[in-house]
Amino acid sequence: MHALLAVASSFTGPRLDYHALAPEIILTATLVLVLLADLVLEERNQWLISNLAGIGVLASVIPIITLAVQNHAARSMAGGAYVVDDFSLVLKALFLGIGYVVLLMSTNYVEEGDYYQGEYYFLLLASLLGMVVMASARDLITIFVALETLSIPAYMLAGWRKRDLKSNEAAIKYYLLGVLASAVMLYGMSLVFGYTGSTVLTEIGKQVNGSITHKPVITLGIFFIVIGFAFKVSAVPFHFWAPDTYEGSPTPVTAFLSVASKTAGFVALLELIYVGFLGRNDVWGPMFWVLAALTMTVGNLIALRQTNVVRLLAYSSIAQAGYVLVPFAVAGDNIAARRSSFTAAVVYLMIYAAMNLGAFSVVIAVARKTRSGDISSYGGLFEYAPGLTVAMTVFLFALAGIPPAGGWFAKLMVFRAVLDSGTTWAVVLGVIAGVNSVIALYYYAAVAREMWMSPVPDGDVTPVRVPAPLLASLGLTGLVVMAIGVYPQLFAHFGDLGTLVR
Amino acid sequence: MNAFDHWALSGAVFIPILGAVLLAFVPKRLEVEIKAVALLTTVVTAGVGVYLLAHFDYDKTHQLQYAVDRSWIDVISSRYHIGLDGISLPMLALSMFISVLCIVYSWDHFPEPHNPKAFLILLLVLETGMNGTFVAQDLILFFVFFELVLLPMYFMIGVWGGPNRQYASIKFFLVTLFGSALMILSFLALYFKVTLPDGSHTFDIVKLASVHGAGIAHGAQLLIFGGLFIGFAIKVPMFPFHTWLPDAHTEAPTVGSVILAAILLKLGTYGFIRIAIPILPEAAKSWAPWIGVLAVIGIIYGALGCLAQRDMKRLIAFSSIAHMGFVMLGISTLTTYGINAAIFGMVAHGLITGMLFFLAGSIQERFHTRELDRLGGLLLQAPRMGWILGFCAMASLGLPGLAGFWGEFPAILSTYSPAVGLNLALFRTFMVIASIGTVLAAGYLLWMLQRVAFGTVKAEFEHEHIHDMHGPEYLAWTPILVLIVLLGVVPGIVFRVTDKPVQKVTVAHVEQRRSVVTGQTAVGQP
Repeated sequence: MHALLAVASSFTGPRLDYHALAPEIILTATLVLVLLADLVLEERNQWLISNLAGIGVLASVIPIITLAVQNHAARSMAGGAYVVDDFSLVLKALFLGIGYVVLLMSTNYVEEGDYYQGEYYFLLLASLLGMVVMASARDLITIFVALETLSIPAYMLAGWRKRDLKSNEAAIKYYLLGVLASAVMLYGMSLVFGYTGSTVLTEIGKQVNGSITHKPVITLGIFFIVIGFAFKVSAVPFHFWAPDTYEGSPTPVTAFLSVASKTAGFVALLELIYVGFLGRNDVWGPMFWVLAALTMTVGNLIALRQTNVVRLLAYSSIAQAGYVLVPFAVAGDNIAARRSSFTAAVVYLMIYAAMNLGAFSVVIAVARKTRSGDISSYGGLFEYAPGLTVAMTVFLFALAGIPPAGGWFAKLMVFRAVLDSGTTWAVVLGVIAGVNSVIALYYYAAVAREMWMSPVPDGDVTPVRVPAPLLASLGLTGLVVMAIGVYPQLFAHFGDLGTLVR
Repeated sequence: MNAFDHWALSGAVFIPILGAVLLAFVPKRLEVEIKAVALLTTVVTAGVGVYLLAHFDYDKTHQLQYAVDRSWIDVISSRYHIGLDGISLPMLALSMFISVLCIVYSWDHFPEPHNPKAFLILLLVLETGMNGTFVAQDLILFFVFFELVLLPMYFMIGVWGGPNRQYASIKFFLVTLFGSALMILSFLALYFKVTLPDGSHTFDIVKLASVHGAGIAHGAQLLIFGGLFIGFAIKVPMFPFHTWLPDAHTEAPTVGSVILAAILLKLGTYGFIRIAIPILPEAAKSWAPWIGVLAVIGIIYGALGCLAQRDMKRLIAFSSIAHMGFVMLGISTLTTYGINAAIFGMVAHGLITGMLFFLAGSIQERFHTRELDRLGGLLLQAPRMGWILGFCAMASLGLPGLAGFWGEFPAILSTYSPAVGLNLALFRTFMVIASIGTVLAAGYLLWMLQRVAFGTVKAEFEHEHIHDMHGPEYLAWTPILVLIVLLGVVPGIVFRVTDKPVQKVTVAHVEQRRSVVTGQTAVGQP
């Protein structure tokens, strides 16, 4: 017994900063509570679960605020593997915000569906937890664990409507390609670890920028890791899973995947590139250039031909990911570009989240009446649902980048990063992005045209009843989109906290 | 500056959009209340405008007055900087004036599918965009307002337009957006390339204009100006970027056409005068001959296009291309004289062509057609409208004593001696061609007048009772007609305001001229 105690006391656990970990802890507690509540509550009281989840998510924002106002230096744990700094706080807040809006969007959708409620919220919160962890991950293992924590529940969420073939297809495609991507990425990580002997990004960064900079193994490692994340953010040519998965999944889940899960992928890329592989922009610079150019162009061109609004938004979100990749492509060119690229990527992700979630909220609201996702079913929406029409118009033109709806500022920041770099390649990419914004307008405007200018297809002009939670999500996202559009400074300085930029 | 002066200009920009927000909360069935709120909003805005005009210091028109310069987007060092000078003033006044009249005119003429609430909200948003563009002194702010105009106009054409409205509206939108994309890239390039004396970068139009593009290589200047050129030329529209205009005008509802012609087209020419030429004078000089060539092509092409039209509205649309050609010709000379003429031309065209579109709308409402072959004898059936059409045709063809003359004639005259460094022979050739254009203009306008107003009533309308002008039309049209005469008789009221700030626009060229003139005597050239 004594011997056992001696062994126990010699083990020194990692020093935990409970304040810094509070968001994760609250989220985990909520997750467990939701699971318990599902067991305990009767069928007719199940609606409580979504409220519980919502309160939990909001509660985990509180420590983020207290951490932010403390203005503490970065809190580093586990030898630099887990860091809570300004960057991670902002992104955690973003993820929790996205999570909350998705909960609002899901409430009625899940309640009115035939499937279990408790598990849905459990999986959603679990995925959210992975994302929150991702924002703090500064080492290869933590990034990988966070990625799997957010992905595995997401695979299941995609297949939520289990008696629906399309939902099954969505889940299986997402799962297979997700696992493939993880494998590729893990292989790359093992190469990097094998050569540098460390999984902590700052340590890797020192070595990659230093003595071993041009070893082919490192080149290969970076290559595989970037390819792995290219799957996750559905960059062309690794995007094939996305449209089918998005179309087949329950719509709130689609919104969640196309916003939160994509953002998480980009957050990981920011950490990896800016902390770990900054010295090797000769490898990732051209890769991101090609990925960005292809993703924008192919995403937009295919979106032109869509007749289903969810598929349209799926391809549009692929194209939007292309715009986020643009700053990555130019980040290595000089110090100014490095800073403005970082800002551009973070600001883009924040604005994109608001406008895309808003668009999906409208899709869910309209589908409550029309039971259809065809663009033609949006005909004459203006006649019987003017509020939804105006909201959708705002979100669509925000996505297209027309002032004063928020998206223009995101695109402007991308263009600024491009011009900060100023190389010919960067400018060419900027021009490709510019041409793509015009192409994109066509399909966004096509939906607007259908809503405003076409007759109602079946002549049924009973108004759409929008339940309160959905109304809240519409209001929140709409407010954010317009506020950013009119007074971008409100959000822009969040992107300026270059704690990762050296 | 007292507190009201400080807020007045922002008020002039944002009162309309506040009115639009207010309208959104008025139930759709209260139509009279909706119209009243909208009218009141534009009248209050115009009231603020009158205040601005009354307290404007007309001795210092070259200075920005009522200027407000506050931080807006620090990350990209873009500021909320607005101000009014002699170039902005006539345009802002025109925009406020036309907006009130449009609401008066549409009082009981709402086009199908009716819905005055949505229509008026769009109109008010449009006014904020237009007013804002004319007072913005920061490139990003300018861009935001410039774009804000697109959406309402897109919906106005697309929802309330004619049979081919969907095609026309999306074409308008896409073509203009293409120009905007190039424009914003050029704005960003200006930000990065122009270095102020203190080493900083800025989007501030005043500061950028004060350094005349210092520090940018000539090639880069040409490219940046090219981007601005395409962005603005599409809006003007100049040949060959004009293709969206006839469609948009033909399909747009009457009020949409009026605003499009009276104000939106001016955003392009205003952009040249406010941004492109003062900030990049060197590139402007290299581009000027090309602008001139396209301007005269526009004049002749527009005129010939008019002669081939069968639709009255389409004819007026093509005449806009020709008239805006004269405006651009004045600008292309880069002289104080030419640009003053251009600004006058913008105001005159806004009033006259706006009025012609009002007439075309009213004629269509009565005859349910705009086909010139089917119309005729308007003077017999609705003599007052017939005479007003005659009056506007005369004003449009540049009859001395009416407003149109002072835009067209000085613009042609200015090409006789363009800014130094521009090819004299080329510009004098432009002068000859533009003069031929005025003859053609007289041709197509009189031809239109003859076919619509003269002759006998066609058989199909012989027994129809055609109502002559009614209340809202009197109210909306009289002020325009008065102004057309007033500006024709006393053009000085506009020239006096615009002259000093225009001298500032061309100052880079004047300085050059002085140095060249002193050099000339040494070389002994005439």
